[in-house]
Amino acid sequence: MMISVKNLKKSFGPITAVNDISFDVQKGEVLGLLGPNGAGKSTAMKMITCFLQPDSGTAVVNGFDIQNDPIKVRQSIGYLAEHAPAYGEMTVNSFLNFICDAREIAKGPQRKEAIERVLKLCAIEQVFHQTIETLSKGFKRRVGLAQSLIHDPDILILDEPTDGLDPNQKHEVRQLINKMAKDKCIIISTHILEEVEAICSRSIIIARGKIIVDSTPQALKDEHQCSLDEVFRKLTHKKSA
Amino acid sequence: MNGFFTVCKRELKSYFMTPVAYVFLVIFLFFAGYLTFNKGFFFESRQADMRVFFSFMPLLFVFIVPCTAMRLWAEERKSGSIELLLTLPITVTQAVLGKFMAAWIFLGIALLLTFLMPVTLANLGSPDYGPIITGYLGSFLMAGGFLAIGSFFSALTKNQVISFILSVVACGILVYAGMPSTLSYISEMSPTTAGIIESMSFQSHFESMLRGVIELKDITFFVGLIAGFLMSCCILLDERKAA
Repeated sequence: MMISVKNLKKSFGPITAVNDISFDVQKGEVLGLLGPNGAGKSTAMKMITCFLQPDSGTAVVNGFDIQNDPIKVRQSIGYLAEHAPAYGEMTVNSFLNFICDAREIAKGPQRKEAIERVLKLCAIEQVFHQTIETLSKGFKRRVGLAQSLIHDPDILILDEPTDGLDPNQKHEVRQLINKMAKDKCIIISTHILEEVEAICSRSIIIARGKIIVDSTPQALKDEHQCSLDEVFRKLTHKKSA
Repeated sequence: MNGFFTVCKRELKSYFMTPVAYVFLVIFLFFAGYLTFNKGFFFESRQADMRVFFSFMPLLFVFIVPCTAMRLWAEERKSGSIELLLTLPITVTQAVLGKFMAAWIFLGIALLLTFLMPVTLANLGSPDYGPIITGYLGSFLMAGGFLAIGSFFSALTKNQVISFILSVVACGILVYAGMPSTLSYISEMSPTTAGIIESMSFQSHFESMLRGVIELKDITFFVGLIAGFLMSCCILLDERKAA
């Protein structure tokens, strides 16, 4: 078991963002977190990556508890946050070097290799010397993706990885995820349903902080006898009505 | 420790990658010189010491240190890069100390660039170097104190302007509380209160270092101030980094 989430709960003032969710993810799985905006997908991810403290409950990532061993957890995770935050004034080169510093990838051939690998993987060689704030949205997101892959983590957590990309880039990112799927444990959040069908081996639908369905995309379609779009609408509408 | 050095290195580099550092240094050096020669009557006083120069430092720092401190956390939170920083294997404490240290080194560089003052003095007369060295040390410690206050207020808000104003006011109060005019006004009402206020203000601790005296109580004042505000900054960030 690479990720095991147990009864996570988080509220912001009167709003309960994540209400008692539990799930497990194994190596080789690509888990899609689905849900309308504000359902609690990002909040759940922020807790698993130790950015936010849960109010109650916990998660065990790669054998480390998020409450007791946050640094070890962060070392085993590659995380792409929503909107792919980065330091705009840095060049892609210095930004990736900064991430290597933080991830303790030693200078020399090891770092060179790591950087060259992600440059190729994310197709960002051509902007290597450009400052990040001058990049287009698609490149920015791919730099964010490169940042999350640089230490070749076993666990990847990607918050809306294809948001803002054009159809070709979306396709490339999905292919990239598919390629990595078999020897990593990946969680992605999205509200693009075709994406779930294309890459996810399992999907969890969240609405108002609770898990409604935990199943495979195919099983969902079979069960409801309609497209994933309609399944999504049925399930999330009913609950929020 | 790796986290501390990583953050410190990145911050320091980013000062010099943007025009911030150069604008700041030019303005600082201009006013340091202008105040000393024009308002302080440096030449007219015909004394080979730097008292005049250092006596303007608190006033200058009240405005200029919050300029460097305001962006430390406010910018990070506004742009969302704090989520990147604090999901890397770096603790909040390492990040706070790293950023503080980078800004402090930067202010140290600014102070070092005033080296022409002592050089001038050495040429014109034979100054007593003791008070000059303790003066620089005092200025550096005071800059650290202001910086710690500034980084606390920077963590308080996403808005750089608010953080700037709050830290200018806070630093200003700490400096002006110790001015003789304030103290004599307060001591008319209650001499005990005046004593307490004097010992809490920057002014009295800085003054004694200008005379060339390094006392434990002055050093502990600055170190305690820095430690206290940085600790509050850590707690604050832990509580509301996502808000």
